[in-house]
Amino acid sequence: MFSENQSLLSRLIQNLLLIIYSIFALFPLFWMALITFKSDLQMFNTTFFFTPTLENYKAVLIGTDYIKTFIDNVIVSGGAVLVSVLAGVPAAYALARFNFKYKEDLAFTILSFKFAPEILVILPLFMIYQKLHLYDTYLGLIWVYQLITMPLLIWVVRGYFEDISVEVEQAAELDGYPWYSVFWKILLPLIKPGLVASALLAFIFAWNSFTFSLQLSGFNIQTVTVASLRYIASDTVHYGQMAVAATIAALPEVILALLIQKHLVRGLSFGAVKG
Amino acid sequence: MAKSKPVAAEVTQDNSLYNKKPWLTRARPYLIIAPSLLITIGILVPFVSAIFYSLTNYSFRSPNWKFIGLDNWINALTSPEYWHAIWVTIQYAAATTISEMLLGLGIAILLSRETRFTKILRVVLIFPLMIAPVIATLIWQLMTNNSVGIIEKFLNLFNIYNFTWSSSPKTALFTAALIDFWVYAPFVIVLILAGIQSLPKSPFEASRIDGGSAWFTFKNLTLPMLKPFLYIALIFRLMAAMQEFAIIFALTKGGPGDTLMNLSVTAYNTGFAFMKFGKSLPYILTLWLIINIISKRLVANWQKVMKQASGNS
Repeated sequence: MFSENQSLLSRLIQNLLLIIYSIFALFPLFWMALITFKSDLQMFNTTFFFTPTLENYKAVLIGTDYIKTFIDNVIVSGGAVLVSVLAGVPAAYALARFNFKYKEDLAFTILSFKFAPEILVILPLFMIYQKLHLYDTYLGLIWVYQLITMPLLIWVVRGYFEDISVEVEQAAELDGYPWYSVFWKILLPLIKPGLVASALLAFIFAWNSFTFSLQLSGFNIQTVTVASLRYIASDTVHYGQMAVAATIAALPEVILALLIQKHLVRGLSFGAVKG
Repeated sequence: MAKSKPVAAEVTQDNSLYNKKPWLTRARPYLIIAPSLLITIGILVPFVSAIFYSLTNYSFRSPNWKFIGLDNWINALTSPEYWHAIWVTIQYAAATTISEMLLGLGIAILLSRETRFTKILRVVLIFPLMIAPVIATLIWQLMTNNSVGIIEKFLNLFNIYNFTWSSSPKTALFTAALIDFWVYAPFVIVLILAGIQSLPKSPFEASRIDGGSAWFTFKNLTLPMLKPFLYIALIFRLMAAMQEFAIIFALTKGGPGDTLMNLSVTAYNTGFAFMKFGKSLPYILTLWLIINIISKRLVANWQKVMKQASGNS
């Protein structure tokens, strides 16, 4: 949108500003990864040049239950996404293709779950979960995580369904396929890339969530975000171990983010911006 | 987004399903949506019970409770804590949303040029957004740590020692907002960047030929055409910033003192740390009410802007 024949000076300034922001955004991640290899002693007297060690990784991975926490997080986030895909994709299809009463009201009700304050959810749910014996269980967390993953999947996937021309379906129906075969054999393969990307983004959001697991799980199940609080709260001097915990928690997401780039804008805006 | 599709699919299906009763056809969409609604509707139960329990003196500590009418509400509304929490909520939401929107717009414009450098940056600059806010807080606490933090070492070069960051009431909000900005500015950037890339080229060429200045073009062309995208970014950021909990809780649990006690954190502390469940609910219901009113308003505006944008083209 901007003319390409800008003066050299203005280009220089623009690049300089971008470099400053990039350092601000990316240096913390680089530094975090760097100090995971620093021993406690070197933490104080070195900056960039030091003898790398794997002590911190050993201490966190073998010395604590961080691996179990990591697996718990995979189970809870993955389970939440799975449930949302199974229940949400057909719902997204119905919202995209059928015309029925209260359609938009239903769609916005589902969306409003996303904006409900999380504390408002956990205060009463804490009590209800203890009565239903869902407190500190995988099922309980997977259920409450639906508030994160379900609205995202339904809204984004609905958009992908709407992108497919109705004629594609009509042609299939003329060939005698019932609607569920059309859905399964023709529509799903068409939206697969978008669906996979939305599911991965939902996984990232579930992985990152903190408030729900903070209060609705305890000793049995711990998520990575809640476990990392341990490192913040204690007056530890094992900064390297803090960095290891953060790095391990952040790594899967950075990798997933690279995989879903093309669909990211659409997912982040719940389908409102078709990037 | 909210536009309804032609019902062609529906019509052809009615023909193919001649052997089924019509009510089933009519009920079908509801039946398909039902599972997802039933799963998420769990939230409505807590919500209704929240209103109910806000009228009781329920506490997680004792099983005995009674109905106390509006006492919790009156106590909250007349306490300085309540108004302080609202004030902190506003401050935090304003500081983060305004900085993220303004700088996000600026950076998105800088990134919209097509060079090899910007193409790489568009990929890597989203990394902070993918990181859990709690983990981001952990990273920044390491960075700003007064004995080992790299920022402390950097500031030492300028003769600044032991900058207070989150430990002083004067700098705590700045520190929390900085972390929020680090995490969420990329959100605004990618949304606005997608908007810029979707703009038609011809109005900008016309403006250039007519000799419009860069500022004139920006104010009269770019900004109005980006409005729908700006609204989406604003809605998502403002709603989340008003109820931010993770960053503040991980950073100081609302402290030092009550500096960062917004409505979310105050409700959490009252409900769980002090076990006063009934007492905590007015705080969070107030937040829910505020969010509801503002989001309805903003979504209505967004839809209006969308209509204008599609009407012009």
